[in-house]
Amino acid sequence: MTDTPLSLAEADSTLFTRLRRWWSGETANPVKRVQFDRPLTPWMFLLPQLAVVAIFFYWPSVQAVTSSFYLEDPFGFGATFVGLDNYTDALTSRGYMSTAAFTAFFCVVVTALSLGLGLLLAVKADKVIRGAETYKTLLISVYAIAPPVAGLIGMMFFDMHMGPFTQIAAWFGHDLRVGIDYWDTASALIVISVWKQIPYNFIFFLSGLQSVPVSVREAALIDAKSGWRRFCDITLPLLAPTAFFLLVINITYTMFDTFPIIDVIVKDKPANNPMTLVYKVYLDGFKGNDIGGSSAQSVILMVVVALLTVLQFRFLERRVHYG
Amino acid sequence: MAHLSLTNVGKTYGGSAQAAVADVNIEIRDGEFIVLVGPSGCGKSTLLRMVAGLETITQGEIRIGERLVNQLDPAERDIAMVFQNYALYPHMSVRDNMAYGLKNRGESKAVIEERVAEAARMLELRPYLNRKPRALSGGQRQRVAMGRAIVRQPSAFLFDEPLSNLDAKLRVSMRMEIRKLQKRLGTTSLYVTHDQLEAMTLADRLVVLNGGRVEQIGAPLEVYRAPASTFVASFIGAPAMSLLDANVENGQVMLDGHALAPVAHEAGPVTLGLRAEDLRITPGGVPMRVDYVEELGAQRIVHGFVGEQALAIIDTSEAPLPETVHLGVAPSRVHLFDARTGRRIETASQPVAVPAE
Repeated sequence: MTDTPLSLAEADSTLFTRLRRWWSGETANPVKRVQFDRPLTPWMFLLPQLAVVAIFFYWPSVQAVTSSFYLEDPFGFGATFVGLDNYTDALTSRGYMSTAAFTAFFCVVVTALSLGLGLLLAVKADKVIRGAETYKTLLISVYAIAPPVAGLIGMMFFDMHMGPFTQIAAWFGHDLRVGIDYWDTASALIVISVWKQIPYNFIFFLSGLQSVPVSVREAALIDAKSGWRRFCDITLPLLAPTAFFLLVINITYTMFDTFPIIDVIVKDKPANNPMTLVYKVYLDGFKGNDIGGSSAQSVILMVVVALLTVLQFRFLERRVHYG
Repeated sequence: MAHLSLTNVGKTYGGSAQAAVADVNIEIRDGEFIVLVGPSGCGKSTLLRMVAGLETITQGEIRIGERLVNQLDPAERDIAMVFQNYALYPHMSVRDNMAYGLKNRGESKAVIEERVAEAARMLELRPYLNRKPRALSGGQRQRVAMGRAIVRQPSAFLFDEPLSNLDAKLRVSMRMEIRKLQKRLGTTSLYVTHDQLEAMTLADRLVVLNGGRVEQIGAPLEVYRAPASTFVASFIGAPAMSLLDANVENGQVMLDGHALAPVAHEAGPVTLGLRAEDLRITPGGVPMRVDYVEELGAQRIVHGFVGEQALAIIDTSEAPLPETVHLGVAPSRVHLFDARTGRRIETASQPVAVPAE
């Protein structure tokens, strides 16, 4: 900007004039900015969003971190500072470590299965021409089911007395006892969690597939006879950005969003049932009234997920080609 | 390298009564450059894609060499195709883009290396071999697409409007490159375009398509000099041939009541075709009201009306034009078409065009 009035004004920009201009909403380059007559106006627009973030994210996070250093009275009468005791307790406890191991196993299996099956269904649906809409709608509709409801529906399938899956297992001579047998419960958790997540992956993979240019597919058709080769060499690399995004989302899903499903399945069940770290945080904190220990666990979880995401971006994203 | 033969080839899409392509018969000799030309929707791309195997063939037979390819996969047909939007694999380097087809056919590493290097040299792509397509300009991408076709050493090249995404200047130079390359490699080529200039300059023989049917097959000059129908006449040549309602009376073509040229044809209504470059401004003859003039430098195109019918002539003089000019034409340059069917009427005064072979 070399306009005379502005450059003159800038020449004698004392603190006072600059403040005055800030208050009256003047900027150096009026073209590039949306003008508000008062400098506070934009903050007013931002306020609701900032409040939501502050109240529902930052405040609880700070609370969790502070209370993880205290041993709290179960009835809320007092708290004693204990330093890192809550952390060492959690990390040395056998129960915590076995839950962590199960969480890792659960995370890998559910992510792999829901991504794999979602991709398989998307590839098949992409080839369907007649009745494509019905097919897609049927596959996607599962996504509209709320997780606790999905858990309930799943439980009906695995019910010890009338569940069809229990009967199928019985044909093969296996007595399926979900909620009592550790690995039977684990299988039910995995099946229901995968089933719930497939539609989500399906939608993204399908739209990813449909964004691969037709002519590129046709060029591949001329270059390679084998459909499997074409899929591995051309389609899959072009789907990599979608797949990477879904990988991050799916890991987060298995770590956190399977909570309602686990809750429906293991709540009030008698035996030593598998659960994920998030569920253990809830159980220790709200059922066991160990606020400090549970806070320490949730901080550990937060760090682990953050690390995992950073690792994914550092090492996996490099291999992803964005069109 | 092979000859290509299309016999009664047709295509009808499911659920449509109208054939998209019908009764196409073309014999393409080994090494010949054939251009399929026509307006959009005439079925030229469909026909090319049927040869490639990207569309099913519902009638007739397509043979590449001696092989009937109707039921073969595109990868088994031994063809290479250059697409309009290049269709390069965006995640592969230029080198891998060219090598991919060869790898899948089980060629040895040494052969692949050699052919890619050779193609890169021919197309001046050597500095870009390790780049991804997105780091290339449009013309370079087009060359990579050509390279991908060349390295396969196929029986036939198929080009689907390969130049229409390039700017006008690049299009002209790429057109020349394609022609030279094809001559050097001697590979049978089938080329689709809607641009009649591209068609004229590239083709050994033109196939003019209209509504899924072949209107005319012939060498560019043959098609230009003796268009088989009013459709071909108006499509090939720029400015387009003027088509006028006229009458034959007493062995003369009468235009708006004025005798234009003698013809050997029975009396009756005809469609008269006149190319702008064949018409001359003469002292006497058919009067034309001048409407407007396009100055092109070397020449000017004069648009006007004879009676109520529009006409264009090319004039090379620079003298100022009066409001009305008089036209003359050599009798051998008069084209007559059947007023009802639009098919060409051969008359004795016209020498039958000599095929340019």
